[in-house]
Amino acid sequence: MREIIQMIVVLSVISTVCGLALSGIRNMTAERIENQVLMNVQGPKVKLVLEGADNDLITDRKKIKIKGKDILLFIGKKEDKPWAIAYETISGGFGGDMKVMVGYDLKKNKLTGVQIIENKETPGVGSRVTEDPFTKQFKGLDININFAIQKDGGKIDGITGATYSSRGVSEAIQKSIALLPEIKKLIQKQ
Amino acid sequence: MSLLREFTKGLWKDIPPFRLVLGLCPTLAVTKGAETGLGMGLAVIFVLTCSNVLVSSLRKIIPRQVRIASFIVIIASFVVMVELLSQAFFYTIYQSLGIFIPLIVVNCIILGRAEAFASRNGIVASALDGLGIGIGYTISLTVLGSIREILGKGTLFGADVMWSSFRPFAFMVEAPGAFISLGILLAIMNSISSSSRS
Repeated sequence: MREIIQMIVVLSVISTVCGLALSGIRNMTAERIENQVLMNVQGPKVKLVLEGADNDLITDRKKIKIKGKDILLFIGKKEDKPWAIAYETISGGFGGDMKVMVGYDLKKNKLTGVQIIENKETPGVGSRVTEDPFTKQFKGLDININFAIQKDGGKIDGITGATYSSRGVSEAIQKSIALLPEIKKLIQKQ
Repeated sequence: MSLLREFTKGLWKDIPPFRLVLGLCPTLAVTKGAETGLGMGLAVIFVLTCSNVLVSSLRKIIPRQVRIASFIVIIASFVVMVELLSQAFFYTIYQSLGIFIPLIVVNCIILGRAEAFASRNGIVASALDGLGIGIGYTISLTVLGSIREILGKGTLFGADVMWSSFRPFAFMVEAPGAFISLGILLAIMNSISSSSRS
């Protein structure tokens, strides 16, 4: 009996102490990690989406709230005047959620570019949606066109054999465009 | 054994993965380049030394029946610590090591030393054991990674080191190259040891 109690107590105490220590470290590093992800993962991709902007896209970012959700907004400027914005939306791909960053030219109402930030697609198959031939077709498209893939009656050229992945990107873009009017209102107020 | 022996044995006599044939999976996977090999080695030094010290200091309290469970909880905590710290301070290494950081938990070297040594010896000896074996592992990984990188990509730590008309052996950075390099190094080390014995 005494043995069983000792086993339970020792294991519980060790687990609790380790758990507390880890959550402490997590809290301490959370902000730094967010910055690192911003610089190493999102940073290069935002630069591609907002190609042509002449400001520091990372320092000029803003946290905004749309429909109760927090959105990280990147603002691209030309000669200190806001020219384009970019933000992430999430949708389901084949292997899991994918995070897609879409950029918009504020005056022309056209897409400045699309980049996949995170994905869990099959390497070599679905992952090809992250590559240039697929993503560059979005550059310059008007926001009012049908962004479904051609298989679903839209204008987007999907990747053969990667229907779900292509659909995932298409859905993310449609979700992104749906948020655009409100986001534009918000930044025009500021 | 003198305390110094506990440290130096990890550098040759008990060097993983060549003498202490443990931890082969991550060895093969992270040695595509010298830098990732070095990064993984440093992570293992940290986890191995810390877990050895903690296991050793708790060795009189942990009941035999739950020892493996306790060791794993301790090891896993240090690995998560390494994961968080590398994400926060060494993001490029974190990106290149990827899934192999969490896999350090099941690296046999760490559980192996906890069970075979740290749970039966004093704190200082365990710390030196962890440090020695960790450093030995780091040397092995870096050497293996360098060989595969030089022959497979023509670079070392990212810098070009081969003559310009050198055509890299691409298979060296893939699985076949890993096994072949490991096997050849293992054979060389075995022949050195057996000739020094005779």
